[in-house]
Amino acid sequence: MSELARQTQEAANRLNLTKKDYVGAESTLCRGCGHDAITASIIQACFDISLDPKRVIKLSGIGCSSKTTNYFMNQSFGFNSVHGRMAALAVGAQLANHTLVPIGVSGDGDTASIGLGNFGHMIRRNIRICYICENNGVYGLTKGQFSATADRGTRAKKGWINPWDAIDLAAFAITLGATFVARSFSGDRKQLAPLLEAALQHKGTAVLDVLSPCVTFNDHEGSTKSLKSIRANRDALNEVEFMLPEPTDIHVDYAEGTDARVRMHDGGVVTLHKIKDHDPRDRTAALLTLERGRKEGKFMTGLIYVNENEPDLAEVENLGEVPLSFLGEKELRPSREALDRINASLMQ
Amino acid sequence: MTTPARNDVNICVATKNGSGSASANAILFKSIFKMGIPCSAKNLFPSNIEGLPTWYFIRASQDGYQCRKDAIDVMVIFNDATELQDVHKVRAGGIVIHDDSKPLRAELRRAGVQYIGVPAGNLVREHIKQPQLREKQRNMVYVGALARLFGIPRGTIEAVLKDTFGNKPAVIESNLLAIDLGYKHIEATGATQSVAQLAELPGGNDGKIMIEGNAACALGAIFGGAAVVAWYPITPSSSLVEEMIARIEEYRVDEHGHRRYTILQAEDELASATMVVGAGWVGARSMTATAGPGLSLMQETIGLAYFAEVPGVFIVVQRGGPSTGLPTRTQQADISLMHQGSHGDTRHIVLIPHDMRSAFELTWKSFDLAERFQCPVFVAMDLDLGMNLYSSKPFEYPDKPFDRGKLLGVKELEAQGGKFRRYFDLDGDGIPQRTIPGTDHPAAAYFARGSGHDSDARYSEDAKVYKEQLDRLRRKYETARKWVPEPIVENGSRSGVGVISFGSSMESTREARDRLRAAGLPTDHLLLRALPLAPEVGTFVADHKEIYVVEQNRDGQMTQILRDEFPKHADRFRPVLVYDGVPIAAGQIVSLINSQRGT
Ligand SMILES: Cc1ncc(C[n+]2csc(CCOP(=O)(O)OP(=O)(O)O)c2C)c(N)n1
Ligand code: SF4
Ligand SMILES: [Mg+2]
Repeated sequence: MSELARQTQEAANRLNLTKKDYVGAESTLCRGCGHDAITASIIQACFDISLDPKRVIKLSGIGCSSKTTNYFMNQSFGFNSVHGRMAALAVGAQLANHTLVPIGVSGDGDTASIGLGNFGHMIRRNIRICYICENNGVYGLTKGQFSATADRGTRAKKGWINPWDAIDLAAFAITLGATFVARSFSGDRKQLAPLLEAALQHKGTAVLDVLSPCVTFNDHEGSTKSLKSIRANRDALNEVEFMLPEPTDIHVDYAEGTDARVRMHDGGVVTLHKIKDHDPRDRTAALLTLERGRKEGKFMTGLIYVNENEPDLAEVENLGEVPLSFLGEKELRPSREALDRINASLMQ
Repeated sequence: MTTPARNDVNICVATKNGSGSASANAILFKSIFKMGIPCSAKNLFPSNIEGLPTWYFIRASQDGYQCRKDAIDVMVIFNDATELQDVHKVRAGGIVIHDDSKPLRAELRRAGVQYIGVPAGNLVREHIKQPQLREKQRNMVYVGALARLFGIPRGTIEAVLKDTFGNKPAVIESNLLAIDLGYKHIEATGATQSVAQLAELPGGNDGKIMIEGNAACALGAIFGGAAVVAWYPITPSSSLVEEMIARIEEYRVDEHGHRRYTILQAEDELASATMVVGAGWVGARSMTATAGPGLSLMQETIGLAYFAEVPGVFIVVQRGGPSTGLPTRTQQADISLMHQGSHGDTRHIVLIPHDMRSAFELTWKSFDLAERFQCPVFVAMDLDLGMNLYSSKPFEYPDKPFDRGKLLGVKELEAQGGKFRRYFDLDGDGIPQRTIPGTDHPAAAYFARGSGHDSDARYSEDAKVYKEQLDRLRRKYETARKWVPEPIVENGSRSGVGVISFGSSMESTREARDRLRAAGLPTDHLLLRALPLAPEVGTFVADHKEIYVVEQNRDGQMTQILRDEFPKHADRFRPVLVYDGVPIAAGQIVSLINSQRGT
């Protein structure tokens, strides 16, 4: 194909960037890992809303999931930090420059185990961030131990049975005051990409709890989050379709209120449920929906809660137009006279 | 009777924490300062809000020593719980001031000590109408008694009250009433003493400021351009950030009323340190202040900042450890943790203030060094410096503009043809170039990480690449030797005996060296102001065969660093270690040096 033909074939977005401009380094994750599918949705969403890569910062902690910030948007700054601290890193970054758009990628170990405290406090502060927890119920990178989102009774590859209840990150986030909470499934780009688009444009903390199968350590008999590669099973299981309630500058064209039964490698089934007749601005209803899902053994997906009226951290901190990181000596160092006055006031 | 010492006295006031003695002590101290007499104060307080014993030391010193004095000349015993121990802390020939509203217990009597009674309890009961004020004002009574006994003019006290309570005439009046009760009681009983007399030195403290080290650091941080402050409260560092909160708004609000700073109380030190790193990476001057336990929690992130090369200032106000240790007592025992903080091979820049001016100066400089070297920079304070009042020459305005190091903006990137290699040692000094998010240039972005990376910030597990990066980081540390504040050296004794001190040990070392000189042992001195050790330290070590290193910790943490740096001369270093949590005093240094010399 000639260069010209290639260029005309490749669609450009409003910034005149093609999808290629949103890709990153080649993934080093296991083939079929759910996290890679989420990366593809992130690329899609950022391209679709014409997000300027120069305004994006990619933040992560440690884990297979946290590695993925390297696999999209090469032209953006990225920081792969330490285990469980991405939320705090994001708070600092946001204070230094609140005009940037942070995309945070974390795992369930990173977020719900070691990082739960900092995650909770980030939510409370309502910093602007699109925070994605790639939830596989295990520690992928350390080879298959339970995370805090592993369901009670589930069996690890090593044979251990998990005696504890899972932390429901969506309910946790809503309880702590998150202003955007959504749930989805890595294999369902049709639902996930629009949710990401909304999250990326949300002025506040947007938490996306995305079920993401670990095909290596959580895909065996006895595991409740062992999801067979969605692609392989898609035809047999009907297209998973989800309703996006208000607000929508996001396109929705599918039926609501249906279950999607996803068959797993081991033959087990996870039931995803697309929420219907749900008012995402009603916090109580959001929590009830999650609770109903828990009772019925269904993973409720869609936009669960949104509140666009809370001020974000930069507003609460009363920061000006120019980010702190671009202020210089003139703005930051008080004058010689100011020091003279201080000295005088300290002379008794 | 001996002739009273002129302007030389060490007064210790023993009270209960939370009884309101702090403000009485401050009035007393400021009055002596106002008389023009060189003086200093130290607060030995408990980790408690109310009820536990506290001691306040006021030292007037003709020679201007601002450190703790070993001998207590006057003891005010206003705490029943400790009075039995307290009376034994006074030197022979000293004075005990007691509340004789009830008779003095027989076992508190010591021979060779003068007892002066003031019925403070009775006086306030009779004269202060509001019962809730009585306990507090009982303390003002000893202020009045001491004033009369040692010669502090009543007018000076009144002036200090006015300075302190300015627009609250009722408060001034009620305090003055209580002070007068003590003053007039001594006058009426005709009690006198011959331990010391305070005499005004007109203009003696003119042009001097009085401040605590934490406040000096807070100002230094404001003048250093601190824009993002993330912290978690912990004694003895809290007052540093609280001082910033109180002062920064005056200088950092723009014409639209928006802040040019942010001070965020984090949920823990894991977060505060990581916020500092997040903000530093994005390009704001960022800092935190903490103490040992917080510093311990910050370790992992400090390693991240070191390896990913992110600037950030960490002010550590040291206290007694390990664990909760003695949270309200002083130590210099976190030197190793700052210098080699985090796991793996690390070495950090540590700046060590020793007085109020250097607390201000080294703090603003720490922001320049953090950006120049793209790493965490520690400011090693301690409780003694941070939470006690010192008199000082006024602060000097920064003599250098902001140094943002090798930070590239759009213009600079253009100028070098849009080429930028984040972790490449372009200049051979170990310091690479840096960009910050939000820079509107396609070449600006890079990926920071705490895992192995090459010169172009790409993930790498390659052995050679990894070692190269570790070696470059070491090169950066070597470069820093010539950038950090150089030591202050005092040579010329010709005795071959050197003393090295740093931080709050400096002032006691000065007094100790004066005493040693008077006793026939002149010494040279090197005041360490930073790690890594500057080249001047090597010269000093080469020139002295016998070097005493004064430190307030058990294991000689600085001595270990010195021995490590100068292995050939390792046996020259003789640690002088005081680590009981009480500020080091000259007498302790003198006797530890004498005992090591066998004299
Ligand atoms: C302080 C610390 N403790 C432990 C580890 C080891 N560790 C690395 S990744 C990880 C768990 C990652 O799990 P998760 O966040 O769920 O990511 P996943 O690999 O499953 O995507 C652990 C425990 C670490 N890197 N740092
Ligand atoms: S171990 Fe699991 S989570 Fe990690 S890359 Fe492989 S499949 Fe993905
Ligand atoms: Mg996981």
